[in-house]
Amino acid sequence: MKEKEKEPIIKFIDLSFAYPSRDYIFHQFNFNFFRGEKIGLVGPNGSGKTTFFHLIMGLLRSIEGEIEIFGKERKAENDFTEVRERIGLLFQDPDDQLFSPTVAEDIAFGPLNLRKNQQEIKKILKDTLETLGLVGFENRITYNLSYGEKRLVSLATVWAMQPEVLLLDEPAIWLDEETIEKIVQILNSKPDLSYIIISHDKKFLKKTTNYIYKMNNGKIEKI
Amino acid sequence: MVDLVKEKFSEGDSFIHKLDPRVKIIVALLFSIIVAVTDEYPSLLGALLFAIGGVIIARLRAKEVISRLLVVNSFIFLLWLMLPFTFSGEKIYTLGSLSVSREGIKYAFLITVKSNSIILTGIALLATSSIFNLVHALRHLYLPDKLIQLFFFTYRYIHTIYSEYVKLNNAMKIRGFKPQTNLHTYKTYAYLFGMMLVRSYDRSKRVYNAMLCRGFKGKFWTLNHFYLKKSDLLAGIAMISYIIGLVLLP
Repeated sequence: MKEKEKEPIIKFIDLSFAYPSRDYIFHQFNFNFFRGEKIGLVGPNGSGKTTFFHLIMGLLRSIEGEIEIFGKERKAENDFTEVRERIGLLFQDPDDQLFSPTVAEDIAFGPLNLRKNQQEIKKILKDTLETLGLVGFENRITYNLSYGEKRLVSLATVWAMQPEVLLLDEPAIWLDEETIEKIVQILNSKPDLSYIIISHDKKFLKKTTNYIYKMNNGKIEKI
Repeated sequence: MVDLVKEKFSEGDSFIHKLDPRVKIIVALLFSIIVAVTDEYPSLLGALLFAIGGVIIARLRAKEVISRLLVVNSFIFLLWLMLPFTFSGEKIYTLGSLSVSREGIKYAFLITVKSNSIILTGIALLATSSIFNLVHALRHLYLPDKLIQLFFFTYRYIHTIYSEYVKLNNAMKIRGFKPQTNLHTYKTYAYLFGMMLVRSYDRSKRVYNAMLCRGFKGKFWTLNHFYLKKSDLLAGIAMISYIIGLVLLP
């Protein structure tokens, strides 16, 4: 690892952000996230939780302030290419994430973009399907899956990129208890993974995270 | 709409189903161009035989093929109502102030034979591959990436946009909406389609973002590669020779 152990891997410094012709969502916002942390993020609707994730991934750009990720300042589109290869974001709506016809093809999309060779991809595919309990789903058509299956496959597509940090946007929403339990087990199967989970499900967060932050009015605090 | 998504004809294991999609695309393209520009009856008869032969070898269900043809021919029927009366030429029949011209009938007949041949060949050769295989094949044939993506995403999201339409339509129904001929109905439908447009646009942005987050840099890489077999090559040469024969026939 290039960055020092004690340095945060994600660092927001006096960051401000607002959607066009609306009030600030973040105003001089500061936040540090360290390797190995597993945190939950709660807060009322519209408090900026998803925006926060999109700022990290460079899908939205700040108005003022700085974002440092993996020890480097990230500003232009090119800076975020590396971020997107090392941090995985799970979207709220699985239909946004799954666009390939078959499950195998969708899972392979990320690794193919990382220019892995065929052998490596076959192995990643096999490992991912096993870890997520999706063996036998390879040739299923993505839009014919049930909602719960779609969510698991979405997670698989992000998982297959072997990210160092996961950002999960409401991974447990609208899922039955069994599927939620499955996600809990998947997350706990990799103890050195770092992640931030947006969720309103306190029970789920308790099982997967070490502590919880609350976001409100552009401020974030541990609870 | 749902038929389109199900890719009914692509499931099967006939010789044509197993043919390399690259060969099929090239043959279908060549065939369509030749048929479109030829006006010779013997060539067109040969083309029609080629198309029907293709459907038979692909062992497609006749009922479904005919139902597709009916859609196309309902448009052609409109041409039969217009062309014989409006085309100038030798008059062969007079009906009041209207007269039927020989050239008009000939023209309508040519269009009918040509379009049915092309559609049947399209069904036999193209519809027997899954969309994803066709997309891969187009990429292997060096079509620009942007065009391929446009083609593929249109296909992929028709299903999502359609289910969004169903959702909105149901939302209208459960609040007692009944389509009638009045301004309220027109307005509601305008809102419905406007809403679908906006939602599709938003969706496209989110999909693109999700792709960026997985390291997408504007290029699609393929998971499964094609291998051109000897039988693919032979079938391709045979079909192309037949098509060239059609041109030389007259």
